[in-house]
Amino acid sequence: MKKEVTKTSRKPFPVHIVVFMAPAVIIYTVFMVFPLIDSLRLSFFTPDGQGGAAFVGLGNYINLMTDELWSGRFWNALWNNFVFFFINMLVQNPVGLLLAALLSARKLRFRNSYRTMLFAPTMLSVVIVGFIWQLILSPLWGIAKGMMTFIGMEQFFMPWLGLESSALIVLALISVWQFIGIPMMLFYAALLGIPDEMIEAAHVDGANPWQVFWGIKFPLILPSVGIVSILTYVGNFNAFDLIYAVQGGLAGPNYSTDIMGTLFYRTFFGFQLQLGNPTMGATVAGMMFMIILGGVLLYLYGWQRNIQTYEV
Amino acid sequence: MVNQSSSAWQRWLTQTVLPHVILFGYTCVALFPIFLVIINSMKERKAIFKAPYLPPLPDTFSLEGYATVIERANFPLYFTNSIVVTVISLVLILFTGSMAAYALSEYKFPGNTLLGLYMALGIMIPIRLGTVSIMSIVVSMGLMNTLTALILVYTAMGLPLSIFVLQEFMRQVPRDLKDAARVDGASEYRIYWLILPLVSPALATVAVFTMIPIWNDLWFPLILASGESVKTVTLGAQIFLGQFVTDWNAVLASLSLAMIPILALYMIFSRQLIRGLTSGAVK
Repeated sequence: MKKEVTKTSRKPFPVHIVVFMAPAVIIYTVFMVFPLIDSLRLSFFTPDGQGGAAFVGLGNYINLMTDELWSGRFWNALWNNFVFFFINMLVQNPVGLLLAALLSARKLRFRNSYRTMLFAPTMLSVVIVGFIWQLILSPLWGIAKGMMTFIGMEQFFMPWLGLESSALIVLALISVWQFIGIPMMLFYAALLGIPDEMIEAAHVDGANPWQVFWGIKFPLILPSVGIVSILTYVGNFNAFDLIYAVQGGLAGPNYSTDIMGTLFYRTFFGFQLQLGNPTMGATVAGMMFMIILGGVLLYLYGWQRNIQTYEV
Repeated sequence: MVNQSSSAWQRWLTQTVLPHVILFGYTCVALFPIFLVIINSMKERKAIFKAPYLPPLPDTFSLEGYATVIERANFPLYFTNSIVVTVISLVLILFTGSMAAYALSEYKFPGNTLLGLYMALGIMIPIRLGTVSIMSIVVSMGLMNTLTALILVYTAMGLPLSIFVLQEFMRQVPRDLKDAARVDGASEYRIYWLILPLVSPALATVAVFTMIPIWNDLWFPLILASGESVKTVTLGAQIFLGQFVTDWNAVLASLSLAMIPILALYMIFSRQLIRGLTSGAVK
C-alpha cells in the first residue's frame, strides 16, 4: 500500500504526498481491502481438526452448492435474494421515477414539502422501519386489517409476514417503502439538470408532457437509471438488517425470507443451535462477492459503455 | 395521454391536479406509519387497540411506555455511543479523506491513477463481505466490544465514496489560487488547509452520505460490539424490541424515542441535506 507512494522518491522526496495519503490508505487497506482478500483466501481452507487450516481449493464452494447439508439453504437464499431484488427493482425504481418526474415539474406548489416528507423514511434505521411495519401488519393491532375493511377487502387480509408464500414479498415492499427516497432523489437531480430550453423547444414543436418525458427527459437521464439499478443490486445482495429485525436470524417462516446476508450471518456467526463456521462463512461471503462483482462488471461493461450519453 | 385538442379543463386536471393527488397520496403512505406509531406511543394500552387512529386525548393519554423504556433500557447510553461513533468516524473520514483527495487531485505522481482506482474499489464492494477477517483483526488488536473497533471499520467504509466525491470538487478549485499561495511561500499543508473551506459544500454532502449508514448500521454492532456498555441505538433498539414484543406501550415508546431525534434533526437540516444529495448526484 505504501509502496505505491514511496516509488516517487527519485526526485526530492515528496514527503507531503505520503503524509496526505498515508492515513486514508492505511485505514482503508487494513480494515477493508485486506479483510476482503483475506476472507476470500479463507474460503479456500477448512479447519483440519488440530487447530490449523487445510487447503481445500474450491471444496467449500462445491460443498455450498452441492452438499446436502449446505446446498438447500444456499440455493434457497440465492433465489430469495433474486426475488427480493426484482421486487425492489420493479416497484421502487419506477415509482421513484414517477415521483421524481412529478417533483421536477416546473410549476409545482409545495415542492419542498413533498420532497422533505417523501424522503423521511429513508433516514430511519432499517430496524425501526422493520418493527413499525411489523406492528402495522400485525393482526393483533389490526391496522392493516382495518384499512382493508375500510376499502371493502377484509376477506383478503392475512398475517402476511407469518406466511411462507407472502413474507418475502412483504419484506421487499417494506424495503421499497423505506428506500424509495434514494432513486427519487437521484432521478430528481438528473431531471433538474436538463436545460429548460430543450423542454421549451419540444413544447413549441407541439409535444405533450408524456411525449416530452419519454422522448427527451428519459433518454437524458439514462445514466441515472443505470446508477440506480446497480445501487439497488448491490444494496439488495448485501441486505441483512431488515430480515434480521423482522424475522430474526432464522429468516422465518421456515427460511422463506432467508437471503444471502442472513445466510452469511448464520453460517459465520452461528445462531441458536447452529455453530459458527468461519471458513464456510467466508465461502458464503465469497459467493456474495462474486455475485456483486458480476453485477458491477455487467454494469460497467454492458451498460455504461453501450448506452448513448448525450451532452447536455 | 393528452393531445393538443383536449380542453383546457382536461389539461388542468391531468397537469395540475393529478400530480398533487399522486404526490399527496404517496406522502400519506410514507408518513402514516410513522405518525401512527408516535401518536399511539402516548396512549394507554386499551386506547392503542380500541382507537388506534385517534391522537392521545386527555382520558387516553399515558406515558407508561416511556416509563418502562427509561426504567428497563439504557437509551441515553445507547444514544451517547451512537453519537460518539458517528461523530468520530465522520471527522476521521472527512479529515483523512479530504487529505487523500487533495493529494490525488493536486499532485502528479507515479501511480496516482492506480491509487485513485484502488481507493475507489470500495465504493461498490460492501465492506460487510470481509467481516470474517475484520473480526479476527479486531480480536487480535484487543478491540472486541469497543467503540474504537466500530469507528475504524466505519472510517474504512466511508472513505472510498468520500475520496471519490471530494476529488471531483477539489479539481475545480482554480489553480491560480494555489500557485499564488505557493509564491507567497505557503507550505503544501497550509495550502490544503486553505482549500478546505472552499469545498465545504462537498464536505457537507459527504457527511450526509456517510452519516446515515453509520448511524443506522446493525451488522457491525451485532458482531463487533454487542456488550451492554457499547451498544449503539440501532442494536439497543433491536434487542429491547425483541424482548418486549408483547408490551405494546414499551415497543411504541422505544420506536418513537429512536425516531424522534432523527426526524427532528432531519426536519431542521432537510433543505441543506437535500441540496447536498442532489448536487452530489449531479456532480
